[in-house]
Amino acid sequence: MRAPGMSIGRVPILVWGTLTASVANVFAVPSVSLAFFLLWLDRQTGTHFFDVLNGGKPLLWQHLFWMFGHPWVYAVVLPAMGIVSDALPTFCRRPLVGYSAVALSTMATMLLGFGVWIHHMFAAGLPTLALSFFGATSLVISIPSGVAVFAWIATIWLGRPVINTPFLFFSGFVILFVIGGFSGVMTAAVPLDLQLNETYFIVAHLHYVLLGINVFPVVGGIYYWFPKFFGRMMNERLGKWSFWVMFIGFNVGFFPMHVAGLLGMPRRIYTYAPHMGWSSVNMITSVGSFVFAAGILIFLVNVLVSLKRGVLATANPWDAPTLEWAVPSPPPAYNFAVIPFIASRHPLWEDRLNESESRSSLERGYLLMEGRETIGTTPLDGIPDIILKMPEDSYSPFFLGLFSSLVFVGLLLHWRDFTVLMAVASSLSLMAWMWPRKSLVQRVPDTEYDKGVAHG
Amino acid sequence: MAETIRLDQALPVGSEGRRSGGWWGMLALIATEGSLFGYLLFTYFYLASQSEQRWPPEGLPTLFMPGVNTLILLTSSVFVWVSERCIQLRQLYWSLASMALAIILGVCFVVIQLNEWSKKSYDMASNLYGSLYFTITGFHMLHVVIGLVVLISLLLWIALGYFDHRRYAAVTIGGLYWHFVDVVWLFVFTTLYLLPYLYQDGI
Repeated sequence: MRAPGMSIGRVPILVWGTLTASVANVFAVPSVSLAFFLLWLDRQTGTHFFDVLNGGKPLLWQHLFWMFGHPWVYAVVLPAMGIVSDALPTFCRRPLVGYSAVALSTMATMLLGFGVWIHHMFAAGLPTLALSFFGATSLVISIPSGVAVFAWIATIWLGRPVINTPFLFFSGFVILFVIGGFSGVMTAAVPLDLQLNETYFIVAHLHYVLLGINVFPVVGGIYYWFPKFFGRMMNERLGKWSFWVMFIGFNVGFFPMHVAGLLGMPRRIYTYAPHMGWSSVNMITSVGSFVFAAGILIFLVNVLVSLKRGVLATANPWDAPTLEWAVPSPPPAYNFAVIPFIASRHPLWEDRLNESESRSSLERGYLLMEGRETIGTTPLDGIPDIILKMPEDSYSPFFLGLFSSLVFVGLLLHWRDFTVLMAVASSLSLMAWMWPRKSLVQRVPDTEYDKGVAHG
Repeated sequence: MAETIRLDQALPVGSEGRRSGGWWGMLALIATEGSLFGYLLFTYFYLASQSEQRWPPEGLPTLFMPGVNTLILLTSSVFVWVSERCIQLRQLYWSLASMALAIILGVCFVVIQLNEWSKKSYDMASNLYGSLYFTITGFHMLHVVIGLVVLISLLLWIALGYFDHRRYAAVTIGGLYWHFVDVVWLFVFTTLYLLPYLYQDGI
């Protein structure tokens, strides 16, 4: 369900990010599930998928793993990038620059993300043609990422930034994103990758992308939405401390890993001879990691302290533009008393921006008051279409979850009869869940006779 | 857009076809299961292209019974569609008969496929081809069996009088799954039975 009027061009970028990531997961996850399943078959029933002696190929595992693994990287980072695209503009006091370009680059990144998995396997001995093709797509993927980066920089540049904790986390993220993205482009070049493969350079890159691009926006997002979650502000002084300690610790900890990698230090070792020349960089890394941990600790302390003693938050403490700030902090159980109508991307900034004549309606809208109902809107334009009856509380999903977990317990313990029994129990739970109920009114609507229950 | 939304008009109540959550849920399931079969066939082609074993080990597959079985499965899909149309046209008895026929055809497919399996001189553990053949067709068989459970539930619900000419969303959604299982079989059949004729000149 979307609020009426919230067409696809008006949803927050975070929604674009989660939508893209969810759709990608639908297509990507089966690959790794299959890899696990084939390995399970190899071990339990004596099949030969990865069995070299009988024609199986261990490289198949790498293919199936990375066909999932690389899209998954984007599934992890795109929603985090969405957090920044939505929250950073609040602190720049202006809308995001290039909304459409950022939304499209989100989709483009994901689409290209399905065609780059072999860059994880450049050193595995694949044909040159494959290396060239996947090297090229891996370089191309930097273009949509670049679009997003320049959109954020332009937003800061053209806005009047308010330098507080969430802003620091989001702008710090932009710097980490550029560093992590840059080392990514370097490893996309096949000859350089052959040099850097299996060294600490890769470890540096993956920490910059996974921690830099995911953890910093998420921590910033927690500072941003904490008042909405709990009705209290987080402490600003501790917040600034937590950012600077985390940011300095992160860079002192992970940046020297690039150097260690260029000096030839391999990954996945726990010790090395004293004369290798890696001791100083590793010492700096160790110090940085403790500083980083201290920063996380300050953040956690801030969460606990603010939960108890934070200043009470108003509905919209940051003067933010999006819909969640229209309800009290924390929101009541019903969220919105009436379903609002949306006329722009920034329902709470409309009077200020004055982009058009139309205004979102937050006070007047549909009331759904005849039992459990929700409103259905058209996928693209967000025009209210239909009223959908929602199911009552039910135990069947719980039992489905329970029995299907027990199926796997049974498989693990080789209890055959138990497994079959649990599979049957799962099917019965599913059938009970799906049992047609008249109260759900799953029928072709007849506008002549069924007057709806919408009230303006 | 918002200015064109009229508040004084009542919205219709109900959900069917593309407006029901189940339709979109089923499409998501089909997308993810379709990908799973895609990755399975990728595994097949990858290993086939790398293997130096005789492929398939018994020489080219016979096409007669698997071909007949393919037709049986496709016909079954047609009857599921007919069953849904009959509900819309208020022909509940015909709908019931058509769904029953679809189930019988589905069961025939399972029996013939089990017979095909028993005729093979290898099993899952004998060689790489056997591992692939039985995993791919086994996976499909699992989907057929689940599909049959779905169709039997629909038959039961039609018989209990749960559906009428305006209320048949479950049949649409369950039928969609069955059509998906059939389309997947076409890919499996092409890969395992037809394509060996292209890259091998007979043994």
